[in-house]
Amino acid sequence: MRLHSGAWWLWALGLATAAGRTTNPLVLGLVLAVAGLVVVTCRANTPWSGTYGVFLKFGLMVIALRVLLHVFLGGTAGPTTLFTLPQVPLPTWARGIRIGGPVTAEGLVFALYQGLLLATILSCVGAANALANPKRLLRSLPAALYEVSVAVVVALTVAPQLVASARSVRKARQLRGDTARGARAIRTMLVPVLEDALDRSLVLAASMDARGYGRTAGISTRDRLLTGTLVLAGLFGFCIGTYGLLADVCVGWPLLAIGGVLAVAGLRVGARRVPRTRYRPDRWTFRAVGVACSGMIAAAALVFSGDPALSPSTVPLQAPELPVVPALAVLLALLPVVIVREA
Amino acid sequence: MIRFENVTITYAERPVLANVDVEICEGELCLVVGRTGAGKSTFLRAINGLVPHFSGGTLRGRVLVDGRDTAHHPPRELADVVGFVGQDPVAGFVADNVEDELAYSMESLGLPGTVMRKRVEETLDLLGLAALRDRPLATLSGGQQQRVAIGSALTAHPRILVLDEPTSALDPGAAEDVLAAVQRLVHDLGMTVVIAEHRLERVAQYADRALLLPQAEIGEVGAVLAKSPVAPPVVRLARVAGWSPVPVSVRDARRQAASLRARLPEPAAEPTENLKPVLHTENVTVKYGDVQAVRGVSLSVGAGERVALMGRNGSGKSSLLWAVQGSGKRTSGTVAVGTTDPEELKPKARRRKVALVPQQPQDLLYLETVAEECAQADTETGRPPGTCRKLLDGLVQVPDDTHPRDLSEGQRLALVLAVMLTGTPDVLLLDEPTRGLDHPAKEALAGVLKGLDSAVVLATHDVEFVAEYASRVVVLAEGEVVADGPAREVVTSSPIFAPQVSKILGPWLTVADVEAAL
Repeated sequence: MRLHSGAWWLWALGLATAAGRTTNPLVLGLVLAVAGLVVVTCRANTPWSGTYGVFLKFGLMVIALRVLLHVFLGGTAGPTTLFTLPQVPLPTWARGIRIGGPVTAEGLVFALYQGLLLATILSCVGAANALANPKRLLRSLPAALYEVSVAVVVALTVAPQLVASARSVRKARQLRGDTARGARAIRTMLVPVLEDALDRSLVLAASMDARGYGRTAGISTRDRLLTGTLVLAGLFGFCIGTYGLLADVCVGWPLLAIGGVLAVAGLRVGARRVPRTRYRPDRWTFRAVGVACSGMIAAAALVFSGDPALSPSTVPLQAPELPVVPALAVLLALLPVVIVREA
Repeated sequence: MIRFENVTITYAERPVLANVDVEICEGELCLVVGRTGAGKSTFLRAINGLVPHFSGGTLRGRVLVDGRDTAHHPPRELADVVGFVGQDPVAGFVADNVEDELAYSMESLGLPGTVMRKRVEETLDLLGLAALRDRPLATLSGGQQQRVAIGSALTAHPRILVLDEPTSALDPGAAEDVLAAVQRLVHDLGMTVVIAEHRLERVAQYADRALLLPQAEIGEVGAVLAKSPVAPPVVRLARVAGWSPVPVSVRDARRQAASLRARLPEPAAEPTENLKPVLHTENVTVKYGDVQAVRGVSLSVGAGERVALMGRNGSGKSSLLWAVQGSGKRTSGTVAVGTTDPEELKPKARRRKVALVPQQPQDLLYLETVAEECAQADTETGRPPGTCRKLLDGLVQVPDDTHPRDLSEGQRLALVLAVMLTGTPDVLLLDEPTRGLDHPAKEALAGVLKGLDSAVVLATHDVEFVAEYASRVVVLAEGEVVADGPAREVVTSSPIFAPQVSKILGPWLTVADVEAAL
């Protein structure tokens, strides 16, 4: 029995949030290790379970990029200069921007920490991707959003299809001995690839239509309008709530709550009027809740922890220490290994 | 069950179907026949309202399906009555694994979870898909994908199933699986099935009645096919031999064939000429990751030789063609055209040695008119202007200013063939060239290819085309050559690859040969 995909995403987002609260390389390393271990032990043998590696490589790239940016553009300065790059003289109006110049150990370490932070968050997203198909998550959306979720699922398949069709056209082009490059090559590729994409989407649309997508059988126009209005009102309330939260914490919470209630009510009432069902929907079992909670607890522990070791000082340089409580909280996110193994 | 009342369908002032008055009864398997462009697909798509609701165009008259007028019911409202499977099942898939795909139409119909669960299990069993239930759709073979597509139309329990070319892309074995499943639906569930198919020799025997388009004549299969410009070899043989009633299955024909068999002499042995070898491959292997697509194939093909590569879907035919052409992957082994290895040549020089027409020939075309494509082919190969156009005129009549997309499958293939032949290659490779071609178009293609001086190697599932065209047959299985010899020998000795005429008359392969011998 597979776990609810929402559980894996909550777990991973919890870990990502935890990582976002610290620049301590020891804690970040711990988060990386926890995510990696859970992916290796819990992932099923599916086509998307291999994506974790891609995210890790992407993370390494981010670290490299962050460090390189620091070397060339500077940032945090410190007393220990490692080497000095020739500096590009800039006019006075560009004061505050620097290209080249001294590179300090403190700055480098700081850049490294920040790169590591981004890489860790990426790896958490990668872990969620490997553990639960994001498309599957869309299937758990409320029934009122059914049509939208199918549209998104279909849209998600377009990119790999475009790549496949571009590849076959490129192969075919070689058969003609056409080795054009640059603008001409784009033109000779683009026409068949786009034609192919259009053809495919028409075929798909016809097939979906023939299989009942967007069916309205048995619902009166008045009910359809009511459903639409309710769902839109709900989503609108939710948006306002989120905006309020971002703008000002005090006003944000109540607004979000009102918006949330509106959204839930709208979707609920809407769903009752939508004649759609889900085949074998994911269920929130105790195990799924356990997995989600273990991630959320890790997040909460780091958000509310005031341990100064979470952001180790770089000026002056100090060896980072391991903060005990946050580290234990991160280790708690290993719980899925136990839960899934028992299943 | 399905009634067309004086239906005329027009696209942009051009009538595709005119005054069709037809009724298809409940529980019937109806075969729709006609030449390419006779309106077969339009007829099928009119049954569930895709024409005109989805495609545009005007429909005059009335189409009634299970008592519902398609004028007032768009396809989605007919989803519970008509199950529709289009020509390309892969492009119509919505979900990404077998189970979810099967459940999709039921989700749209809003059936309760328990019902869905039960029907998915039943359908998995009915079509023999139980072992594949969790598999991603992209990893299935062509025959399996086709069965999933049919299954996903079936789960909604429609009373009518419409299939557009269900076996065209399949090898003979997989086609038989699909057709057996369809027959079971008709016999066991009493479903009304409407099929259009170019490979009539595969389907005709299962049909109860046939509908000939564009005349819109419906009747007993044998009688209708006897009048049709496209007919399976059995029926054409019956015309030559004057059998009546016209048989549609090999079994019926065999019972009437005794006298014909007695009249026929032994077929003349094919002259074995010693041909100058042009293409030589030695131990060619192709590996994709852990999968060995081609395992040590050694072949030698002479100038003017016509080789057909046969074998299941996924037996390595395409991989071998691409490896020989030189732009595909080749893990080890040698390929020589004359004395050069095409892989070492630049694409431009390569196409003058080896030309490959891929499975989707339209990928080679990207300009707006036929004339521009021809001119481009001349410049690419450095031939005098007009070379390609002259070649094309030898194949088909196509106006200069037509857009390549507007050509029929046969015309488009001819254009691509002309473009590739402009380079006067020593070796011509074709991957599934007969897909979407009806019998007259295939005959024309066979005629053109027979006139070439180059060595021709083509991969195909089409046994009837092989019988008419090939001089030699190579059968691949799991990437290895399992049979290689003169077409007559290889083809007649195998029950799957034997053409209908040989199943009836033993050593004879085609109707034309029989006709000539009489």
